[in-house]
Amino acid sequence: MYTTELSKTAKIQNLEDPKLLEAFEARVAADEFIEPKDWMPEAYRRTLTRQISQHAHSEIVGMLPEGNWITRAPSLRRKAILLAKVQDEAGHGLYLYCAAETLGTSREEMIEALHCGKAKYSTIFNYPTLTWADIGAIGWLVDGAAIMNQVPLQRTSYGPYARAMVRVCKEESFHQRQGYEIMITMANGTPEQKRMAQDALNRWWWPSLMMFGPPDADSPNTAQSMRWRIKRETNDELRQKFVDITVPQADFLGLKVPDQALEWNESKGGYDFGEIDWEEFYSVVRGEGPVAKERMEARRKAWEDGAWVRDAAAAHEEKRRARKAA
Amino acid sequence: MATASPVDAPPVDARHDYLLRLGDDSLILGQRLGEWCGHAPVLEVDLSLANLSLDLIGQATHLLEEAGAGDGDKLAFHRDVLDFRNCLLVEQPNGDFARTMARHLLFSTWQHMLFQRLARSSDRFLVEFASKAVKEVAYHRELSSEWVIRLGDGTEESAQRMTEGLDWNWRFVPELFEVDETLQALIDRRIAPDPREFEDEYRSAIAAVLAEAKLEGPADQRPILGGRRGHHSEHLGHVLAVMQFLPRTYPDATW
Amino acid sequence: MSHDWPLWEVFVRTKGGLSHRHFGSVHAPDAELALRHARDTYTRRQEGVSIWVVPSAAIVASDPEQAGELFEPAADKIYRHPTFYDIPDEVKHI
Repeated sequence: MYTTELSKTAKIQNLEDPKLLEAFEARVAADEFIEPKDWMPEAYRRTLTRQISQHAHSEIVGMLPEGNWITRAPSLRRKAILLAKVQDEAGHGLYLYCAAETLGTSREEMIEALHCGKAKYSTIFNYPTLTWADIGAIGWLVDGAAIMNQVPLQRTSYGPYARAMVRVCKEESFHQRQGYEIMITMANGTPEQKRMAQDALNRWWWPSLMMFGPPDADSPNTAQSMRWRIKRETNDELRQKFVDITVPQADFLGLKVPDQALEWNESKGGYDFGEIDWEEFYSVVRGEGPVAKERMEARRKAWEDGAWVRDAAAAHEEKRRARKAA
Repeated sequence: MATASPVDAPPVDARHDYLLRLGDDSLILGQRLGEWCGHAPVLEVDLSLANLSLDLIGQATHLLEEAGAGDGDKLAFHRDVLDFRNCLLVEQPNGDFARTMARHLLFSTWQHMLFQRLARSSDRFLVEFASKAVKEVAYHRELSSEWVIRLGDGTEESAQRMTEGLDWNWRFVPELFEVDETLQALIDRRIAPDPREFEDEYRSAIAAVLAEAKLEGPADQRPILGGRRGHHSEHLGHVLAVMQFLPRTYPDATW
Repeated sequence: MSHDWPLWEVFVRTKGGLSHRHFGSVHAPDAELALRHARDTYTRRQEGVSIWVVPSAAIVASDPEQAGELFEPAADKIYRHPTFYDIPDEVKHI
């Protein structure tokens, strides 16, 4: 999208004129959209590039845990649904990479940053999918958490990002539903299926709560990001919302949320819940998640194995142009 | 060649068998393409391959439901190798992207020509089915042709890989034009088209794509046959082991 | 230097009678594959009946720096709008 004349923008931003900065902040505060060729502070550009590309990486790496079950989906209907869902995630990664590219970083650069471990992606995808119920739990919990993160981003200050998120949110509305439908089927199924359903909830619950990021007190960039409208609610606010919506859904399934401390708090009108193991969170962020190595290996392999295809298509076009010119 | 059933089953209903052939072709190829999901050369291609796979799984669902009186899953997940009727071409491993595209060109060109004719079948279900599916496979044929052309006339490496991909799959082409007693019975009743009628058209269509791709067509190889009778390659057993594991392990469960 | 395939802007006509609208972008090595990629990416839910793809590099955009001189002069030409004119309610409007 609109990557024309980026060099011009680059020239202007070096000045970082306080007047421009002030005007920029005022536009953002007034909920105006910033577009690719508009002047923006370098820090805004950098933060956004990081956030959008991380988001894109999460979609792409997120294809792997679910992709793990496409060939094993237990009915033709489930196979088609799962494949369509994982394909949507490829689409969402694509929209997001394109949005990030408008800020002046190429897709290749972003992908290389992912592959060398410099760029991060959502910690949740470093956990393995062991049974079919995990496909249900991912749709229900992981997509549920993702929707909560993403819905406010439809109003984010950066135009291409906001537009990508509108499309993503529209398409994702079926993802969470199909996951919960799998959970309903499993929770009401045979004893083996119930066991898988409960086990999936046990394993995915806490990592899902971690998806909202560190507590507000330890999230130093939150204030700036909120001011720039590239984040619209704090981590803890979103996490609380997620718990309050999800716990009754677990009750409906007849499944038990794996948290002894979970209790309804009448005065705050929400649930109190137990302490998240932030040690685990940070170790997964560092790349020490249970299947982090497998995920990165799969992504690198696909990229490296595909290099000759990308080169061949480019070479073909070059030959064709040369023939035309001759 | 021998056309006897591998197990001495009583003569099966030919139409049922034909639905299985078409349905299993789509199912197994859809399953194979599903293996690519998340591993394609670029994101855009990942989306394309998933679309191909979704079309095929949709076709398989229609065909197997018709064959299974509404229960396609029973046929997809509870038959063993000897009862699968797909051609050998579709069960071939993906290999690299060139081999996948070679397989897809060879299969979808055949499927497209077949479905065009199937849309004029005397069988109402098949007419309805083929009239819709022919549009899907027309796209498959175009897309795979475009890729074969780019890879064939791309770099030295891609041309080499494309040649190898075609060479791997070439021996399974004659099976697509094989007519056994079952098929003959349906041809006689104008239910199924006679594939031999479009074999020349097929050969020239493939030759035209390969010419544009600056590739030599592979030399003819000894035909490998048997899929339509349940005599498959070793690969199918593994495809089924993966695909069927859940419904087989938990036969009482619904999903 | 990026090895990415060139970027293309995708415009989709969502139904007959409407104009093509900008939907997003795709990377593709050439125009034909750009169309295929656009179809496979942006019309998975029957969103379109027609697609345009345009090399992103071919788009000439106005400079936001000049937004003032380009667009503000139109602001006081209020006589271009029908509401500028008073027509008695009694007469029929065309």
